[in-house]
Amino acid sequence: MTTSRVGGFETDSASACPEEPTEEASRRASSSSTTGDAVEATVRPEPSHTSGDAIATHGLTKRFRHQLAVDGIDLRVPTGAVYGFLGPNGSGKTTTIRMLLGLIGPTAGTVELLGEPIPEGAARALSRVGSLVEGPAFHPYLSGRANLHRLDAADSSADPATSRARVDAALDRVGLLAAGNKRFRAYSLGMRQRLAIAAALLMPRDLLVLDEPTNGLDPQGTREVRTLVGSLASDGTTVLVSSHLLSEVEQLCSHIGVMHAGHLVAQGTAADLRRGTDVQARVDTERPDAAARVMRELGLSDVQAHANAAIGRLGDVAPERLVAACVNAGVPVVGFTVDAPSLEDVFVSLTGEGFDVSG
Amino acid sequence: MSVADVVDQRGALGRPRVSTRFLRSELRLIFGRRRNIAGLGVLAAVPILIAVAIKVDASSPNPDQGGPTFFTSITQNGLFVALAALSIELGLFLPIAVSAISADSVAGEANTGTLRYLLTVPVRRTRLLGVKYAAIVIFSFAATFVVTVTGIVMGLLLFGGGSLTLLSGSQAAFGEGLLRVVAATAYLSCGIASLGAVGLFVSTLTEQPLGATIALVLLSTASFIADTIPQISWLHPYLITHYWTAFADLFRDPIAWGQMQTGLYVAAVYAVVFWLAAWARFAGKDVTS
Repeated sequence: MTTSRVGGFETDSASACPEEPTEEASRRASSSSTTGDAVEATVRPEPSHTSGDAIATHGLTKRFRHQLAVDGIDLRVPTGAVYGFLGPNGSGKTTTIRMLLGLIGPTAGTVELLGEPIPEGAARALSRVGSLVEGPAFHPYLSGRANLHRLDAADSSADPATSRARVDAALDRVGLLAAGNKRFRAYSLGMRQRLAIAAALLMPRDLLVLDEPTNGLDPQGTREVRTLVGSLASDGTTVLVSSHLLSEVEQLCSHIGVMHAGHLVAQGTAADLRRGTDVQARVDTERPDAAARVMRELGLSDVQAHANAAIGRLGDVAPERLVAACVNAGVPVVGFTVDAPSLEDVFVSLTGEGFDVSG
Repeated sequence: MSVADVVDQRGALGRPRVSTRFLRSELRLIFGRRRNIAGLGVLAAVPILIAVAIKVDASSPNPDQGGPTFFTSITQNGLFVALAALSIELGLFLPIAVSAISADSVAGEANTGTLRYLLTVPVRRTRLLGVKYAAIVIFSFAATFVVTVTGIVMGLLLFGGGSLTLLSGSQAAFGEGLLRVVAATAYLSCGIASLGAVGLFVSTLTEQPLGATIALVLLSTASFIADTIPQISWLHPYLITHYWTAFADLFRDPIAWGQMQTGLYVAAVYAVVFWLAAWARFAGKDVTS
């Protein structure tokens, strides 16, 4: 089982050093058995999150002076999920993520990350978490590669012997291998974003927390990130992706949480959330009034007759029954459409149409 | 790989190894930065300037230097170039150098945003402050020794070595003289490093490294100024810079250790108190940069 191996070794594309993972693993394993850690390892219980949630918060609240940035949210990210963390700008997503990672302390409430309480167990939990918080940030006058080496050097759990290989693999995984020796300040925003993702992939991770990972990326880059996240998730890594771009999340996520003005206004599987708004049926016909009558008889709600179409909310009615009923009633059906609400509709219905940043 | 392998690996991963890797990375960051190399170049320029100026105009060395007067002895022994340069630079250049580095240590990382990535690596905050201060101490010694080594090299080139006449008039062999110069440099480095601890603390208060640098330079300058006002002589022994010039006592016969012992004690107290203050400030601080 290779669910925890994420650190860029499992690239099916040409990796810089394909032999590395097994070597490294065996070295780690043998070193642990010689140092006596093996005893500890064998008695160490399975991480509690394997059965539960990768992230669980209870009543998580953050107040900055007068402003309540996050107000009592109960975030639940099941292990193995790809969790889309949605919300308009200023809705409290990044503040929440900072609390998850122990960068800021909550005013009230608790955080459990991979079964460890945060911030007390942050050092244990975070070595299994790759994160990208509020945009890339690196030393401008160092190369991308040197920046990754710096982060790796800071990680006391990283094996220096495999550092070079892991840095190369991470750069390769985000397509930066060729530009690795350029100074960070010469990078475009997209390259910077990729470097930040590479930093999150330096070590094997159980959880990735990616705050706006496709910000500033070109369409190809966006697609690549989506593919990358998908392949990491299929390896068993839990992923939390925050975004205000719905299209990004819609294709990717198994679970969704929607933030609005500091509240978690909705949370659940993507399918559950879609179910929240009713499916609409539209019958194109020359006799919209007759079609509307059939709809009402079947029990559709909000039925409206337009110039050459009738529209109603399906509710529990199966779409095929509506078509059959129309035909039986002698309504000439020219066209028939069933509109499942897009995530955007769900999103807008939860957070409002307004363009204003929530204050 | 089996599940057991994964767990085994975790066992090894979970325990931090004692390693100097992070410190070395920190030092590469400091000594690899062009700004800092240029700063060290400026520090080195002073003894060169002194040596050349005195060589060119050997007839009229300035006798009215404040602090330890090593200038008059330079023509007799090149080692005194290093001491003269140290006594000049301890007033401003060395404090500026350590201020820039220490103020940058946390505030600089916060300013570029790299602090949040370091903390989520994860680096424990106490460890971060420990490594940062270790790097500041190493830099303090490096900066001071750059002055000394340049001074010794220039002095020996232009004025030669040989036995040196101590401030009390007696003679010391060249080897012993060299040893005393090295000891003086190490002593002054400790004082500079204690200022670095104050800088580390100031650095945890802000996200603006330049502001922290200026604050620290102001502080050290104010300390020097206060040290010259006799009406507040009760304050003098507590000033961070008060004992810095005591390294001149190494060039008496016999060596007067008293002032330097107190100086080391004051430096240690400053270092410990301000490192702890930095820790108290930073350990639970919200990192929003």
